[in-house]
Amino acid sequence: MKHFFTLLSHEIRMLLVSPGTYLASLLFLTFMGFIFTTILESYSKAPQEVSPAQVFFQLFWLPVLFMVPMLTMKCLAEERRLGTIETLLTTPVTTTEVVLGKYGAAYLLYLALWGSTGGFFLILRKFSGDMRFIDSGPLLGGYLFIAVSGLLFIAIGVFASSLSKNQAVAGILCFTMIFGLIFGLSFLSSSAILSRDALQPARMAVDYAQVLTHRDDFTRGVIDTRQMLFYLSGTVLALIFSILSVEAKLLHS
Amino acid sequence: MSDTPAIEVSHLVKSYAGVTAVNDISFRVARGEILGFLGPNGAGKSTTMRILTGYLPATSGNVSICGVSVAASPDEVKRHIGYMPENNPLPEDMRVSEYLYFRGRLKEITRRMLGPRIDEVLELCDLKRVRHKIIGQLSKGYRQRVGIAESILAEPPVIIMDEPTIGLDPHQILIVRDLIASLRGRMTVIISSHILPEIEMTCDRVLIINQGRVVAQGTPADLRREVLGRSTYQIEVAGDTASLPLLLAAIDPTLSVSAAGEPDADGFRRLTLSTENNGELGEPLLRTLGSQPYRLRALSRVNPTLEDVFLAATRRSWDVKTNDLRKK
Repeated sequence: MKHFFTLLSHEIRMLLVSPGTYLASLLFLTFMGFIFTTILESYSKAPQEVSPAQVFFQLFWLPVLFMVPMLTMKCLAEERRLGTIETLLTTPVTTTEVVLGKYGAAYLLYLALWGSTGGFFLILRKFSGDMRFIDSGPLLGGYLFIAVSGLLFIAIGVFASSLSKNQAVAGILCFTMIFGLIFGLSFLSSSAILSRDALQPARMAVDYAQVLTHRDDFTRGVIDTRQMLFYLSGTVLALIFSILSVEAKLLHS
Repeated sequence: MSDTPAIEVSHLVKSYAGVTAVNDISFRVARGEILGFLGPNGAGKSTTMRILTGYLPATSGNVSICGVSVAASPDEVKRHIGYMPENNPLPEDMRVSEYLYFRGRLKEITRRMLGPRIDEVLELCDLKRVRHKIIGQLSKGYRQRVGIAESILAEPPVIIMDEPTIGLDPHQILIVRDLIASLRGRMTVIISSHILPEIEMTCDRVLIINQGRVVAQGTPADLRREVLGRSTYQIEVAGDTASLPLLLAAIDPTLSVSAAGEPDADGFRRLTLSTENNGELGEPLLRTLGSQPYRLRALSRVNPTLEDVFLAATRRSWDVKTNDLRKK
């Protein structure tokens, strides 16, 4: 792990000098700001049952579906397309360090982007002067959910990027995998196929892996270690697959 | 330690999905030697180089760099190697000095040493003027030199460069050649190239491979003798050449006219003589032809270029291969 920090700081620096990062951040913040103002408008019209933070995180999947592919599609695909992976791997670094460095940089940027939406709540508090709008439980729970689920989403993005030389293919693959994870599983759990008795264990597994349910739990302030473990183990698995994928591509290059 | 060869390759085989790219190659390179790697496209040069760097695993055989086996301890080997891949891939959006700094850190040069070392290689490769430029905007020649600067950055004992002079103009080729020559004795260098005079001028030894096999190796002079096996002379002579073969046989039994041109306006025709004798036949030729009713205008010994050697050696390996097939 000697080179991890060299690689990480290099990746972060490359992200910070790239105009694409700023464009993506701009789009993300505009979009989230739009959602936030829409929520506030509806609150100003009629009293609501839940706090604005809870509603805000309801729509987390929309930016995730677009932001995660944008942040991660480049990382390994570009490296392979340009051939710089060859110069990188002929220095004393391991594939693990390379993959983790890229993963770390993308994850930190993801956190920074979501973290900046915290500014919306600060502004709301400053101008409304009403603490009822800021329910700190759902807010912290929501951000914790974003941080924990982001681990898995970014890892899936890195894995998708390791599969193809083409950024666009990697991006679409990442979109599809995350879409499948969030909505495919929720569709599966409500489908009739799994309602048979013989498929009971499969049904339990699918019910356990409901990202949308996890989000509701976190924003209600229920933090379940089993759910944390789901994301952590998924992350580790996706990263191991990415490392294996990079190495397998070398063997057959 | 110093008596172990810098690179030792024995019975290296690499096959991909049924295609044998490298077929039983063995060679060794002494410390401080510059080895030229020649071969037509698809001969297995790049594959061999990639195996040497530990980037690709070999199918069978053994490779050791400075006495360390590549397969057993790839990390150790990577510390001994500076490698510049084919087509010299570089990140597009970094500045030259940033790139070298990043690479230097990956190659485990301490921060304190790295600054002066970067200045040194920038000076060596004549890159000082572009040190703050973005690599994506540099011309081909500069990019190539950035690649070379990067490969010598950590002062590794072994440097492997895949076609370092491709796409350079003659002036830049000269700079690169001087640069490689300045490494002689300090570092072991392997370069592959298509530009044969290039190899001939810089390399101590040449290895020609074709179809994944070594077809010839040795110094350029050895190769000429071994592969071509004959010397060639060119004369321009006027007069009746019918009795010439007899006279030539008197000088050396294997000397014969291998090609004859048409007589020009003055009656002189150009003849090409070839012999298996490698000794100097210029003087007896002059004496014999001068004293006869011939008029001799020019006599020269043709120095075969490495190109001839290369063509002959690769052709020979094709012949061997077709003969193998016929036997089956």
